[in-house]
Amino acid sequence: MNDDAIMKVDRRGFLKTSLAGTTGLVIGFYLPGCSEALAESAAGAPPAALNAWMRIGTDDSVTILIDKSEMGQGILTALCMLAAEELECDWKKIRTEFAPAAKEYFNPAFGMQGTGGSSSVRSSWEPMRKAGAAAREMLLEAAAQEWGVDKAECRAWNGVISHVATKRRLTYGGVAEAAARLPVPADVPLKDPKQFHSIGKSVKRLDTPDKVNGRAEFGIDIRRPGMLYAVVERCPVFGGKVASFDATKANAVRGVKTVIQISSGVAVVADSTWAAMEGRRALVVKWDEGANANVSSDSISKLFEERAAQPGAEARKEGNAAAALSGAAKKIEAIYEVPFLAHATMEPQNCTADVRADRCDVWAPTQFQTIAQSTAAKISGLKPEAVFIHTTFLGGGFGRRAEFDFIVEAVEISKAVGAPVKITWSREDDMQHDFYRPASYARLTAGLDADGWPVAWTTRIACPSIMNRFFPGTIKNNLDPTSVEGVANLPYTIPNILVDYQLTETGVPVGFWRSVGNSQNGFFSESFMDELAAAGKKDPYEFRRHLLGKSPRHLGVLEMAAQKAGWDKPLPAGRFRGIAVLTAFQSYAAQVVEISVNRSARTLKIHRVVCAVDVGRVVNPANIAAQSESAVVYGLAAALHGAITISRGRVEQTNFDNYPMLRMNEMPVIEVHIVPSEEKPTGAGELSVPPVTPALCNAIFAATGKRIRRLPIRPEDLA
Amino acid sequence: MAIQFTLNGKPQAVDVSPNMPLLWVLRDTLGMSGTKFGCGLGLCGACMVHIDGEATRSCITPITAVSGKKITTIEGLSPDHSHPVQQAWIEIDVPQCGYCQSGQIMSAAALLAKKAQPGDAEIDEAMKGNICRCGTYQRIRQAVHRAAQLHGAPAKLKSGATKTGAADGTEQALNAHTVEVGGTP
Repeated sequence: MNDDAIMKVDRRGFLKTSLAGTTGLVIGFYLPGCSEALAESAAGAPPAALNAWMRIGTDDSVTILIDKSEMGQGILTALCMLAAEELECDWKKIRTEFAPAAKEYFNPAFGMQGTGGSSSVRSSWEPMRKAGAAAREMLLEAAAQEWGVDKAECRAWNGVISHVATKRRLTYGGVAEAAARLPVPADVPLKDPKQFHSIGKSVKRLDTPDKVNGRAEFGIDIRRPGMLYAVVERCPVFGGKVASFDATKANAVRGVKTVIQISSGVAVVADSTWAAMEGRRALVVKWDEGANANVSSDSISKLFEERAAQPGAEARKEGNAAAALSGAAKKIEAIYEVPFLAHATMEPQNCTADVRADRCDVWAPTQFQTIAQSTAAKISGLKPEAVFIHTTFLGGGFGRRAEFDFIVEAVEISKAVGAPVKITWSREDDMQHDFYRPASYARLTAGLDADGWPVAWTTRIACPSIMNRFFPGTIKNNLDPTSVEGVANLPYTIPNILVDYQLTETGVPVGFWRSVGNSQNGFFSESFMDELAAAGKKDPYEFRRHLLGKSPRHLGVLEMAAQKAGWDKPLPAGRFRGIAVLTAFQSYAAQVVEISVNRSARTLKIHRVVCAVDVGRVVNPANIAAQSESAVVYGLAAALHGAITISRGRVEQTNFDNYPMLRMNEMPVIEVHIVPSEEKPTGAGELSVPPVTPALCNAIFAATGKRIRRLPIRPEDLA
Repeated sequence: MAIQFTLNGKPQAVDVSPNMPLLWVLRDTLGMSGTKFGCGLGLCGACMVHIDGEATRSCITPITAVSGKKITTIEGLSPDHSHPVQQAWIEIDVPQCGYCQSGQIMSAAALLAKKAQPGDAEIDEAMKGNICRCGTYQRIRQAVHRAAQLHGAPAKLKSGATKTGAADGTEQALNAHTVEVGGTP
């Protein structure tokens, strides 16, 4: 995004431009009370202001304002598809710009502008199509007026208005200025989905060309005139503070400009990233390590165990699980445990800020623009309206960039040094100062009747709470819904269910990690379901199928996955498979994982992952496939390799050598199948992360008879 | 003291700290941001460039080591997407977030320069140094085969038994991208 573009999309400039009409048609439309429930803690009202989503240039260009962060999930292309379906523009003339931070772009899922919770398509489904429809009608009206004919006789298609009877034609650019002077029509009817020509068909991503020649601009790529580069040394122990520091040697490093203390640690500011890194290596800091200096993974595990011995906040209670358990023919109990996980976005955290007396500009790969704005306003002492957030491409998000720690640092340093500053985190910073997927501990109990069918299910979760810090208003009676999602919504028909939660803080910061609580709770519940099937001597697919009578969409994906995987056909010798099914973010997924295990070498090979997904009505099938593939890899990396461990209050892992990722040589074949649906569209970005781990571990059980209840999978688990 | 080298076909001289890695010379000194910082230790491949035709990690290559050498970055691979690897990457819609893709493409281009028709095992070996956190590996594998086709040689889709998860499924992988709602038959 060049400077010109940035100035055009800053809100005041934008509205002024639209009034002057110099760039053609700028569409505003009213969104009275988009009805999705607001996050309860969120300030502010639902969007109710005039809003700007698309511009039609006199050069026939169509510019779509992208109010969601593009972090790989393909939303930029999806939003353009939604707008274009109604606008009837020429797909090849579409350009995109990332929207500024403004309440007009609030995501009703959060009550603020933001991208997460797989909410983008479902929150934009109506607004973007309405914007496209309103623009189309204005263009039609402008052309009709120009020709002196009835609008009903005109047609809009592929960027051209035509008058059918007289065969006259005007391009959108030709009527854009006239259209901009017309009132925005209210309540333009949207197409019947049967008339969709684009939605539902596979479309290539619009951002690919710039991502294969190095031109796509990520946050880390920002350069501003006079910009300085900074890195920050932070206390290795969570919650620790700077006691004192000696910058003598750091200041002597070639290129270092200054060394300053900020809220998160000590910043070294230099004329290049490398000089700042060299300066940091020469820096001496003494830390006050604070209250967490003795925390370790072992101490956290013991704490979870103690807390899980006591009843917690009830997340779901049906029937009388205790009584049903005592009367059950067979009782099964298990303890499951998972570690903290880092996000490890490929682009390390970074941010560029330019704080001046009267305005502050922030260039950031952020998932939450209005939090970035209010954060920068608070630090700079400016009003939020004087803070301009320029969202770049995100080199991965996965929830990490819902945080704003990197924004705080850049704004504090720019304010202190009086120049534009880019901060860049090292990979080690990124891994050791994350907001981790919570480590979690689960006690599961179930009772089976004499025929092997479950009569009772209980789960007690002990883990730290994400919402306690991020959206404290969503915590009621010590229950964080994200800590139990994936088990509290168990879809099976079991008459007695109890799920409760022990909110257990550990001193280790936790945050949203792709699929959030589902990532661990899906593993707990779908592995334990497999234990019940085995205990009742039932086929794990048929067992689930029998119990999903009241959950038709679960059943739909389960049956599709099993059918596509050939569950009813025998596997070649040495091959084994496992299955799992769940719902997340209002979408549904089932997977079958096919493996072989070399028990003497203690190695595992994953041959094939068959995914079935139900995301309601599909916008871009190709992207559903891409996101499902991506999510499977994200889940497998964690299942096979992922563990952030704590010793003396600090993270032991540093880089990709001791926090390994899945690589090409471990990559299975992934097949994706989509259940046809006319339900409202829902998200696919996170959905397919949680099923892969239980499906894999259930396959390992099929191969070895060993149940994996602790992640990541260790070589001894395969023996 | 200035260090001289050839960058994307043009002579270049820089005067920086001698231990400054090529990555930061490219990104900060020369303002060429297509080459990415991922780990700083040569573990992830995001910083991959070609030095005298060899795929090399620029984050662990001090600038003094490239004196007199020929360096190609993603910006120099082809300005107009005409390189077969770029064409294949577009055709198969490989990138998601896109951050690692400069490095992936440079690794793939170096592989194909040496081996016109790599098999799956050779692709795995050549590409396993490049991490993609969005998990685009299946498409990368497919796109390397496609780039080999675009180079003019018939693609060798199956490379027989290997120790990897790929060999038995390349054709399935190729087919898996024709996505229709309702699933492939």
